[in-house]
Amino acid sequence: MKKLIGIVLTFVIIQLLISTNIINSYLQATLATICINIILAVSLNLITGFTGQFSLGHAGFMSIGAYTCAIIVMRIPTVPGFLLGLLAGAVMAALVGILVGLPTLRLRGDYLAIATLGMAEIIKVIFTNLEITNGAAGLSGIPRFVNWAWLFVFTVGTIWLITNFLKSSHGRACISIREDEIAAEAMGINTTKYKVTAFTIGAFCAGIAGALYASYFYFLKPGTFGFLKSIDVLVIVVLGGMGSISGSILAAILLALISTLLQAFPELRMVIYSLLLIVIMIFRPQGLMGSREISLSVFSKLRGLLPSKKGRE
Amino acid sequence: MEQLLQQVINGISLGSIYALIALGYTMVYGIIKLINFAHGDIYMIGAYIGYFCMTTLKLDFVSSLLIAMVVCTLLGFAIEKIAYKPLRNATRIAVLITAIGVSLFLEYGTMFFVKASVRTYPALTGFLSGKLQFGSVIITMQQILILAVTILLMVTLQFIVKRTRIGRAMRAASLDNDAAQLMGINVDTTISFTFALGSALAGAAGVLVGVYYNSINPLMGVMPGLKAFVAAVLGGIGLIPGAVIGGYLIGIIEVFVSGYGNSMYRDAVVFAILILILIVKPTGILGKRSREKV
Repeated sequence: MKKLIGIVLTFVIIQLLISTNIINSYLQATLATICINIILAVSLNLITGFTGQFSLGHAGFMSIGAYTCAIIVMRIPTVPGFLLGLLAGAVMAALVGILVGLPTLRLRGDYLAIATLGMAEIIKVIFTNLEITNGAAGLSGIPRFVNWAWLFVFTVGTIWLITNFLKSSHGRACISIREDEIAAEAMGINTTKYKVTAFTIGAFCAGIAGALYASYFYFLKPGTFGFLKSIDVLVIVVLGGMGSISGSILAAILLALISTLLQAFPELRMVIYSLLLIVIMIFRPQGLMGSREISLSVFSKLRGLLPSKKGRE
Repeated sequence: MEQLLQQVINGISLGSIYALIALGYTMVYGIIKLINFAHGDIYMIGAYIGYFCMTTLKLDFVSSLLIAMVVCTLLGFAIEKIAYKPLRNATRIAVLITAIGVSLFLEYGTMFFVKASVRTYPALTGFLSGKLQFGSVIITMQQILILAVTILLMVTLQFIVKRTRIGRAMRAASLDNDAAQLMGINVDTTISFTFALGSALAGAAGVLVGVYYNSINPLMGVMPGLKAFVAAVLGGIGLIPGAVIGGYLIGIIEVFVSGYGNSMYRDAVVFAILILILIVKPTGILGKRSREKV
């Protein structure tokens, strides 16, 4: 219940700030980037942080969602058309996820990373050469239906989906695979099934993120979804802490703010960004949050310390 | 037929470059199980050093090549000491992300200093600018130069790895790190040496590619780096002959796809081969299957 109030409050406050134009259109774009990055990071965290499968191809799934949604919404430029496109994009991404996941998830660690990287590159090359995606020039003039409300709904929805998945027995099975694959298998867990499940859910959510991206930024080109985009998402996951959903959310916000602050120094931005990455890895390799979560009980504990408050939940 | 021969010759030139880069990948992977993402960028730095030697300092090809190799050796050594050594006992993924960080740092650091624009290598002069013609098949002196330098470097590498003390230490460490340490091998020094050796080869490849394709830019190392890694996996990662075979195979396949198919798809084909080999035989062409121990 308290969570729900918190979520509604966040939405209302930001909506108010947008209506009163305190959050101008530039900051709104940052807000959209944050929401999309949260979806991407949380879904990659499910694959990499919780199931322990190292994927470097998240941008590939995102691009499938983005292009599918863009192509549909350009034919049916209405809100139902957009929702259809979003769903189709997510489903397409999930299908490709199954298709790629089934053979490659037998591989371990670095090999899987390279295979997913290769897959993302192949998807990029295909989009660069297809007629319907307008090749390297990209698609432009995609109708914009996404606003703060849609972004918020889908971001919260993704987080809800993935946290609930992790709390289920399926999610526990995934975590056991991360901890020790052989032990998990010995306990009768069908490791391939759960790895593919996690991979597919991750791909589905990345497809949603891509669809939101397409409709919000109304311009797509294959180069956007290259290796660097996958790395971006991975950096968020690692910075936040692998195996921490709240860490991913926090890191997505933090990195967006850093990159906004460094906007004035474009040539130094990537240098500072890369140094940050190295320094974090050397001094705090578990990320900001490790595998812990921020929960609302932290606040109740704080309240418990105050002598004047006596009420309990 | 003549066209086929011409494609093979072009493929061998490109393959030599991939093979040189792949050797560094495979040696580093063999010894510390790290995909050194920064390796492709060391190759880029090599190309830039060669460029400045040839244009600003007006040196000849051989001394430029040597200087580039020395600078890259030092760079590889420094990167290993600063970025990877503190992480010796960290998780694999932490080291991998550091490698990605180093890679981005080299790319954008270089871009900051030399700007993003493409630079053109000076043309070679003297007999190096000539070419041999057999019917309609043309072999340029540059291609012969690339092959000659590559073979020379590979023979040297083979000698170092097989016949010297440090080479034996490298082989021992890649077989079993802990056991090597117990036998009195200084594994840290060996790892540093491996990085330095691989970086020298990448630096040489950078100068050769500059001479061959003429244009260089700060992001030129990304794709060849990834493809060289594919080559290393194809041949069997951790195996030096595997990297050479894989490098030449990838080079020839890429040239054939460009020549007979659609050049837009050449990157996709290379990665498709990678996925295929990982599914069919993840240990690569020369790799032996090892049983997994619990």
